[in-house]
Amino acid sequence: MTVATDTTRQDTSDTAVSSASGTIRLGRDQPLVVDGGGSLSGFRLAYRTYGTLNADRSNAVLVCHALTGDQYVAEPHPVTGKPGWWGLMVGPGRPVDTDRFFVICSNVIGGCMGSEGPKEIDEGTGMPWALNFPVITIADMVRAQKMLVDHLGIDQLFCVIGGSMGGMQVLQWAVSYPDKVYCCLPIATAARHSAQNIAFHEVGRQAIMADPDWRMGDYLNQGTRPTKGLSVARMAAHITYLSEPALHRKFGRNLQDRKAITFGFDADFQVESYLRYQGISFVERFDANSYLYITRAMDYFDLAADHGGVLANAFRVKGADGRLTGTPVKFCVISFSSDWLFPTSESRALVHALNAVAANVSFVEVETDKGHDAFLLDVPEFYQVARGFIEGHAARRGLNTKVG
Amino acid sequence: MAVTSLLPPLGTIRSDLESIVDWVEPGARVLDVGCGDGELLHALIHRKQVDGRGIELSMDGVRASVARGMAVIQGDADTDLKDYPSDGFDYVILSQTLQATRNPRTVLGHLVRIGRHAIVSVPNFGYWRVRADLLLRGRMPVTDRLGHEWYETPNIHFCTIADMVDLCVDMGITIERSLILGADDRPVAAPAASFRANWLGVQSVFLLQRS
Repeated sequence: MTVATDTTRQDTSDTAVSSASGTIRLGRDQPLVVDGGGSLSGFRLAYRTYGTLNADRSNAVLVCHALTGDQYVAEPHPVTGKPGWWGLMVGPGRPVDTDRFFVICSNVIGGCMGSEGPKEIDEGTGMPWALNFPVITIADMVRAQKMLVDHLGIDQLFCVIGGSMGGMQVLQWAVSYPDKVYCCLPIATAARHSAQNIAFHEVGRQAIMADPDWRMGDYLNQGTRPTKGLSVARMAAHITYLSEPALHRKFGRNLQDRKAITFGFDADFQVESYLRYQGISFVERFDANSYLYITRAMDYFDLAADHGGVLANAFRVKGADGRLTGTPVKFCVISFSSDWLFPTSESRALVHALNAVAANVSFVEVETDKGHDAFLLDVPEFYQVARGFIEGHAARRGLNTKVG
Repeated sequence: MAVTSLLPPLGTIRSDLESIVDWVEPGARVLDVGCGDGELLHALIHRKQVDGRGIELSMDGVRASVARGMAVIQGDADTDLKDYPSDGFDYVILSQTLQATRNPRTVLGHLVRIGRHAIVSVPNFGYWRVRADLLLRGRMPVTDRLGHEWYETPNIHFCTIADMVDLCVDMGITIERSLILGADDRPVAAPAASFRANWLGVQSVFLLQRS
């Protein structure tokens, strides 16, 4: 595969992997054919790596980010200056230990942190893609990541890990490339997006499209930004990432900088002020059209539908003798007790399907009141389970020594 | 592994579990149903290099096992065994759990379906001290193996060794091997179907196969 480099950080050789971070162009020779029809050739993929790839290229871990995440998993975000979004999971001495593993995290296609997406310039027209960008799926995101992994010269990933939409990508990796993934951790996720989740996404999309500054998606050319709509979309979504007990614990009915209610529509309550802040700070770093595309990709995710309506069939692979057998990928499925967006029942359905093919699977529901967002927060038991799973398999692969 | 220091170490295992470890062929695929905190799986993986999986009802047990690097899922023998394919494992183990299931006959059927062999250990309600408690004291027995008062026991389907032998015959299950453990876990040299086994056995371990 030829790889042309782009912009500032140069990735000029296949060998300089340990320092290779930035934006590359992929699919010049063999375009990425997307599920919805059409293809992307020479598309951008922005990524970061941490740690050092070992001599036999067997210690690579791919981290998949969630809906509004990006490639800055373990370092300060260049726009917000906030710490990496999964610093508790990825870093020196963390469960995904950058002293031992070579960690890759790329911005999904359709995203807005440097990978090809509606915000970027379409080389064909010289204008931003906007709504001319093809509608993409989780499988398309994973195809793009596979091209990156191939480019880095990695034959098999030791581990693929991610939560929420990241977990969907993890599952898609295991299904699409079972011999390219040794073990994986799908966290707070599901094998399909539920009707309720599609409904919440639709509210978000309608909020964006109802903003007059959205301009039928053409806002970049018309010099506007649908910040109000995107901000409302974020506020609605943010509620679904929490839980009623967590909201009550954090805010209760406490008032914001005032002694009494004002009989008006200011943010009287702390919870209102908090949500408004979440909305406003989100629009600084996120693109509204990206939000439409990525939520749509999640809505379309349904692994069982892709396999004749039987989820277990997604995890059957052809053995050496040509007969169907259970996936060789080792799974650690983790859910959180108070997550009502991706409830434990979704993880259990996944585990049942994996059991049906006698796959090697661990499953833990972590007790917490922190809701869906628990996978990003300080929940020690969660990291203990992840660490145990990763260390157990790293030991079997001889990956328990420091590299670099 | 840094994480092991956070968890209690796994010490020596119970004598019925020792015999289970002895019976399992090295390198086999093993499913341990009701694996607790994974002590038997741990022993099997390290001493017999098995490809081991576990199912455990208690979340604390599951978390401890997974944090120790074992493949364990939270699940219930009564409801979750039906998902497993026939002959998916060489051995399916059910240790001291059959009497706590809602439908022991169905569970036993799944064990010999999923595994080429099943290893089942059960406490013996026919042990002479248990019989004496009922006969002489008129009280529900509380022993080391049956260590709960009647109102709080998870054991809802008691059986004797003779009952187990009868059920196996009725279900067309072959008892390939059995071990009767008496007081202080001393083996009782007697066939499972004998009066002596049912009188002196505190518990029994069976190696089963569907006929």
